[in-house]
Amino acid sequence: MGTKVTLCGIELDNPVIPASGTFGYGYEFAELYDINCLGSFSFKGTTKEPRFGNPTPRIAETPSGMINSVGLQNPGVEKVISEELPKLKKVFYKPVMANVSGFSVDEYVYTCSLLDKEEQVGWLEVNISCPNVHGGGMSFGTDPKAAGEVTRAVKSVCRKPVIIKLTPNVTDIVSIAKACEESGADGISLINTLLGMRIDLNSGRPVIAMNTGGLSGPAVFPVALRMVYEVSRAVKIPVVGMGGVFSAEDVIEMMMAGATAVEVGTANLIQPYASRDIISSLPAVMERYGITDLAEIVGIAH
Amino acid sequence: MEQVTLNVMDNRPIARSVWQMTLMGPCSAVKEPGQFVDIKLEGFILRRPFAVCDWNTMGMTIIYKVVGKGTDKMTELLPGCQLDCLIGLGNGFDTAPSGEAPLLIGGGVGTPPIYALAKKLVSEGKKPQVILGFKNIQDVFYENEFRELGCEVTVTTSDGSYGIKGHVNDVFPEYYTYYYTCGSMSLMKTVHETAKTEGQLSLEERMGCGFGACMGCSVKTHSGYKRVCKDGPVLTSSEVIFD
Repeated sequence: MGTKVTLCGIELDNPVIPASGTFGYGYEFAELYDINCLGSFSFKGTTKEPRFGNPTPRIAETPSGMINSVGLQNPGVEKVISEELPKLKKVFYKPVMANVSGFSVDEYVYTCSLLDKEEQVGWLEVNISCPNVHGGGMSFGTDPKAAGEVTRAVKSVCRKPVIIKLTPNVTDIVSIAKACEESGADGISLINTLLGMRIDLNSGRPVIAMNTGGLSGPAVFPVALRMVYEVSRAVKIPVVGMGGVFSAEDVIEMMMAGATAVEVGTANLIQPYASRDIISSLPAVMERYGITDLAEIVGIAH
Repeated sequence: MEQVTLNVMDNRPIARSVWQMTLMGPCSAVKEPGQFVDIKLEGFILRRPFAVCDWNTMGMTIIYKVVGKGTDKMTELLPGCQLDCLIGLGNGFDTAPSGEAPLLIGGGVGTPPIYALAKKLVSEGKKPQVILGFKNIQDVFYENEFRELGCEVTVTTSDGSYGIKGHVNDVFPEYYTYYYTCGSMSLMKTVHETAKTEGQLSLEERMGCGFGACMGCSVKTHSGYKRVCKDGPVLTSSEVIFD
């Protein structure tokens, strides 16, 4: 069974990549299983400065999903490089995806240029789609011009492949993806979470302290699949698909829609062994559908 | 942390909207009082975290309050049901600084982890003094269970319908060596302000994963941010910021 895929010139043993924000910097999960079974993983969204994030409650449950409003809590890029990456090196020998966020083009450039120099980093995943912070994140991902500007600036300081992570909270995601491609992006990943909210019937107030947050989980899978399909038909660069992937079948469906690799997010938070179990069940599921090589099914639905 | 399947042995109401569930299965991953179990319920995405009230290597008891659809669903679970559980989660109570006569204060459904703690302290030859605070006589539970451990127990109700009328801080003893508490944040703040010693508090927060991955339950403390699920739920009184 062929599970290998190539993402922006780097070969992965399999297409499964735990998504940023659901896997920390890896070692919580390395205590549970050997995370070297993963294709790679995308580490916690990292910014120039340390961030505490938003007040709690940050989490709400929804039908077939969850809302989070963590707000990019992270120790800042310098500590990630001096503390987190050395710890990760002891438990993970494959290239890792460095997820980066920022509040200005300069911040993206600063953080990316530092992480680009780290030997363990295989790709930069530039998050221009966080719905949970003001004055940054998603504002770059909702305008083709701004998305292109961040892409160009980051590309000018990075030697490693730059993957731009897009938000689904737009009217035309294809135009944003194309702007990133034209500005030199090496890949596109999608989708970040969908803006949503819940209200507590007892208090009559929003459950989430910041009122709204990002919806993820099985509820968003069909939306994500549709967007992966549309974007991968419109661009030539590889697409990393994510959004509600919970099973090997979901991975295959995402790849058929056009994803070269697939990120698994919320599933890791509910079943800590989810990514490992999806990988181990891939061969049997491939066999059931007569698939011998995953690389061959990318975009066959087009 | 360990993922195990536990079997429901017993599930019954013990006070108003408060249920006790006994689970059987491998529980040797539970190490300290104050740790919690995260239970997957059919039809719900997120797991539900509950403090362990009592445990041995073969099983555990939890006590839960019915507050929403998930806990309501739990009351329907019959003996024989199998539950997907993550066990041994969180940083529990440290009994080392307790001294010989620690004061234990449980508020409402914050009481269960205090029971597990009392049991451990008694096994270490210490003499815990227990204060349990409830709103009304209908909410009171576990008074006798604590007495059977050999603890001195004082119960308060805010409306005076049972025990001493008032709040937990009205009945603090003259002498105690340390304190441990679990309850609402306002109760724990009162405890902290009344107490003459250092102590440990068990915090509650809405959680995503329960094992430190999602940062959904982070709180600010005097020693930086802490994930309630992984660095807590038990924090020391010198760490917690009361606002």
